[in-house]
This record gives sequence, C-alpha cells and structure tokens, in this order.
Amino acid sequence: MKAKIKITLKNGVLDPQGKAIEGAIKGLGISGVGDVRQGKYIEVDLSESDPAKAKALVEQMCKDLLANTVIENYSYEIG
Amino acid sequence: MLRASVIVFPGSNCDRDVQTAIERVTGFAPKMVWHGDASVPSSDVIVLPGGFSYGDYLRCGAMAAHSPIMKDIVAKANAGTPIIGICNGFQVLCEAGLLPGALLRNASLHFICRDVFLKVENDQSFFTKCYRNGEVIKVPIAHGEGNYFADDETLNRLEGEGRIAFRYSNAQGNVGAETCPNGAQRNIAGITNESGRVLGMMPHPERLYENALGGTDGRRVFESMLLSTLEAA
Repeated sequence: MKAKIKITLKNGVLDPQGKAIEGAIKGLGISGVGDVRQGKYIEVDLSESDPAKAKALVEQMCKDLLANTVIENYSYEIG
Repeated sequence: MLRASVIVFPGSNCDRDVQTAIERVTGFAPKMVWHGDASVPSSDVIVLPGGFSYGDYLRCGAMAAHSPIMKDIVAKANAGTPIIGICNGFQVLCEAGLLPGALLRNASLHFICRDVFLKVENDQSFFTKCYRNGEVIKVPIAHGEGNYFADDETLNRLEGEGRIAFRYSNAQGNVGAETCPNGAQRNIAGITNESGRVLGMMPHPERLYENALGGTDGRRVFESMLLSTLEAA
C-alpha cells in the first residue's frame, strides 16, 4: 500500500514562503490570485496490507515525525 | 569542576566553537558526544550546539530530535539535568518537546547573520544568573529559521511564569516590532522550561566570549553554568 500524506501550516501561522510564491505568481501577470499557502507532500510505501493497521502506522509517523502539530496539520490517503 | 557534554549531530557546525568557549571561560573542557551514542556520560550540563543537523531536512531540528541519544537527553532533562540549546539546538529542544513552540522561517525569508541587541528578562535561571534583568547585551544571530511561534495561551504562560530569558531589543532596551529581526512573536529570542534548567536561545553566546572576538556579552552564559553548578555542589 502507499500512503499519500499532505502537511500544511495551520491557519494563523505566518507563511512567508506562501507570500513570496503569491508575489511570484502575480509577477507572471496572472490575475485573480488570492492567498497562497505552501506545504509538503510525502509518499510512503507500506508493506502492511491491512487498511486499519496501515492507518495506525501512518498516524504514528505523522504525529511523531512528519508533522509538527504545534504549527502544522496533516491529512492522508492510503491505497 | 564542570562536567559539560556537547552533543555532536551530523551537520552541527558550532560544536567546536561552544567547546572552546566552555573551556576558555570555565577552565573545564567539555566532552564531545556523538548523537548516535545510546547515552550521555554523567554531566552537569548538556549542550545542543548550533548548525544544520541532518541538513535541516523535513523541518529544522526534526530529525535530530529523534537521534538515538535524544531518549537519554529527554530522560535526563526530566530528571533535572540542565540543558542549553543554541540556535539549531533550540530548534531541536522544541521538536523534542522539551520546550514549547516552534521556530519558523524568518519573516523576511532571509538568512540573517549579524549582531543583535537582547534585553535580559530572567536573571534567575541556571544559564542566565550572571546577567541582570533589564540590561541590554549584544550577541550575534545566524539563522534562517528563528521566528519563534507559539499559540497565545502558551505565550501568556511563558510571560506569566517569567520564562522568557531574552527578547530582541534596540540598544536602549526598547522592545517592539521594529527591533525584531526575524518576526519572532513578542520578540522572543530565548525561553526556559518550567524549572528554568532548560534554556533554548537563537543567538550565539559562544561567538562573543572574549575581546578578541569583538565582545564579551555572551561570556556570562558560560559563567552562569559554572556558578550554578558550583552552587549546587
């Protein structure tokens, strides 16, 4: 199975990289662009075939390492 | 006698600076301890140095916080061993849960390497007792991710409990948005844990401990660790 994990900054956490990207997109002359927030995308191959067990593993790796829950949220799909 | 241990992570680059600072200021050479070891030798003080442990991969300090030696460091911190984390070491302490909050990318997105003024706000803690509350010191910063973040409840608790050790200020000691180099909330440059025995700070006291380096304002961090250790002996 493969876990596809998205990590994003929580609302209210300043995202200067997102702001810089927003400025760069607008610099291309593209109109109608609002707020930009950036994050991380991580894929993890899992040998576990049981969906419930795989979910528990992904939860653990997100909480303990991949996301810092002081500043970040995470979400994932397993398939 | 001061038994200090400096933890060396892959990518640490201020480990030898802090080693020299401790030896020159206190007269006692610290042990250098590799992050892959299972435990830290019995120590009066543990130092997490500055640098770019694990290349700052994932988040700065995140990988180092899971190094083999960190289990023992967390256990020793909880048992009362004093720990100072400088720059990357501060980031590691936050990622390891020994200090609250997190260090984000500087608001300007720039890596900032220059001297800054700090206002001392806690002259009672293990690593700061040789300073005086309200005095202004000059110490260098060198970081891309020193923008301290915590939720309002945590910030209020840190302030209420006197756990903000240093704030970015101007030379007169005024603290405001214009004196904050990196966007840190409430100008926080360094904080302690509840007991005051764990200190995390972004500025580098080991870079200004004798006149040949351009100043001595960082020196008292090392004098404090020696004095605190001798007082407890």
